[in-house]
Amino acid sequence: MEFLSNVINGISLGSIYAIIALGYTMVYGIAKMLNFAHGDVIMVGAYVCFFMTSRYNMPAVVGILLSMFVCTVLGIVIERLAYKPLRQATSLAVLITAIGMSYFLQNGAQLLWTSNPKVFKSVVGDGGVQLTEGLYVSHVTLVTIAVCVIIMIALTVFTGKSKMGKAMRACSEDKGAAQLMGINVNTTISITFAIGSALAAIAGVLLCSAYPNLVPTTGSMPGIKAFTAAVFGGIGSIPGALIGGILLGIIEIFAKAYISTEISDAIVFAVLIVVLLVKPTGLLGKKISEKV
Amino acid sequence: MKGKKTLSKTSKNNFITMGGLLLVYVIVLILKEGGITTNLINGQLVPICAYMIMAISLNLTVGILGELSLGHAGFMSVGAFGGVLVGTLMQEVSDSKILCLLVAVIAGGVLAALAGFLIGIPVLRLRGDYLAIVTLAFGQIIKSIVNILYVGLDADGLHVGFIEKPEILEEGKMIINGAMGATGIRKLSTFTFAFIVLMLCLIVIYNLIQSRTGRAIMALRDNRIAAESVGINVTKYKLLVFAISAAMAGMAGTVFAYNYSTVAPTKFDFNTSILVLVFVVLGGLGSMRGSLIAAALLTLLPELLREFSDYRMLVYAIVLILVMLGTNNPKIRDFFAKIVGKIKSVFVRKKTAKEENANG
Repeated sequence: MEFLSNVINGISLGSIYAIIALGYTMVYGIAKMLNFAHGDVIMVGAYVCFFMTSRYNMPAVVGILLSMFVCTVLGIVIERLAYKPLRQATSLAVLITAIGMSYFLQNGAQLLWTSNPKVFKSVVGDGGVQLTEGLYVSHVTLVTIAVCVIIMIALTVFTGKSKMGKAMRACSEDKGAAQLMGINVNTTISITFAIGSALAAIAGVLLCSAYPNLVPTTGSMPGIKAFTAAVFGGIGSIPGALIGGILLGIIEIFAKAYISTEISDAIVFAVLIVVLLVKPTGLLGKKISEKV
Repeated sequence: MKGKKTLSKTSKNNFITMGGLLLVYVIVLILKEGGITTNLINGQLVPICAYMIMAISLNLTVGILGELSLGHAGFMSVGAFGGVLVGTLMQEVSDSKILCLLVAVIAGGVLAALAGFLIGIPVLRLRGDYLAIVTLAFGQIIKSIVNILYVGLDADGLHVGFIEKPEILEEGKMIINGAMGATGIRKLSTFTFAFIVLMLCLIVIYNLIQSRTGRAIMALRDNRIAAESVGINVTKYKLLVFAISAAMAGMAGTVFAYNYSTVAPTKFDFNTSILVLVFVVLGGLGSMRGSLIAAALLTLLPELLREFSDYRMLVYAIVLILVMLGTNNPKIRDFFAKIVGKIKSVFVRKKTAKEENANG
């Protein structure tokens, strides 16, 4: 039973990683950049929801919707101000700009909201369900998994069927050709950032519901891990982000439960290195052959 | 001009950089001895040297070899804790301060080079962002391992423990104490020593770049497939660069650690790796002079901005973004170039006008 409960907890943590990883992987797929500020958008989302629900006593749904809205706007603004002018620049220049953005958000949050930890009130309330004897699952865990499944289905349908989704896939394959076909590349990239940031807000709320300690650096470690998850599954691939995230979550929870809490991070990253050695482009990544 | 060897432009530039560095060292030393610099600055001298070594060694990997590394602080960590461990053991044998420090720095360098060699192996299979992730993962692994590593020393010898603290005799001491890091370090690093290590690293890098090996490495960076097809051994050169760069980072780590009485593993986390990467990119990829200047300025900048204590990191972030936008956006760059061009043309016009006046 302990084993089963660890699996469920792992899937739940992995679902959060998967939702964050989606933001990384979609932006990478289309803009070919590592958006290091993504982890901090999670933190902003969590803070907005915290203030709405705890300070102004609004219902959780309003808090979540508002934090999604704020993060969406934030994502678009960041893209327009910091990344769009660098569309033609080297990837390293964009990376450093993204890091600068991440510093900016973290320190801005510290100024606005101080570094005192806030205790985040879970949006689905405490308590849980006694599935069988010895198997107790909290509401947050169940909701997290359900939300992840819904997001995954919605995104798969969106990218596969809708006009915008098709435009995104076209842009990620060849921006120049997409533009010739009448696709507005700038709008498409903005919408990708908007979706990624809205997902980050949901991830932030879920993350802080499960681990209620909210500080300006809350987003950075889950951000790094989700990024790892995206690479694990093959960056640029949406199902890859799901598989990578959930595997990473399960490995982390198992390492914590059976080996040691302190070394769980080391184990997660060691597994990542081994996987990349065997499959250099991640689990579901496409192999790109180079042309001379 | 018989018998006189003329220097190439690169050599001349390299000598200017080294000469400039030496000049700055002498000036700072005079100011320090004269008691003009504040304690705040004095305390930053060794860390600045250490960060300069970090910056030029990372520039070797990122700028010269062309592989992005996000875990450079990991090597610094290996060097810091490995160096302190060996240095403390050396203390038992010899009383000479300089010998202890020298052995510690060499040990730190060698241990980090081993780590660099290990992490260099995945490099052979991975490219681009995937490699960057492996280096990031490596940095995190090192941090986690040092976090649970306990090394104690007593009359019975060394006691090593993972996760649990080993039992040591009463008169013994802990050299590396888990999450607290290395404690009770004797402050052996001096500005002069740090500067000598920095200068040595710089000379090694300059000579490496100008050698046959360096040209092979840069050929790999510019076009791997073309370089391979003319018989350049990719494996050998990539591992070599990773090991050299790691060794230097390790030495920087030892120098850095010996400047403080305690050093925690969190000192060398992901943020430190990123900080050093920022030095390299802002200074200019492949330019050692740029790395040195960026490392010095950006280490000092937060200290100098202390008056704006709350806003300093925010200002730092904004400056970083603006500099990246200003140097990499073609429109903004053209805008600045135009202004510079206009100022120049004004001067040129004045000059010609003057000449005309003189003639007329």
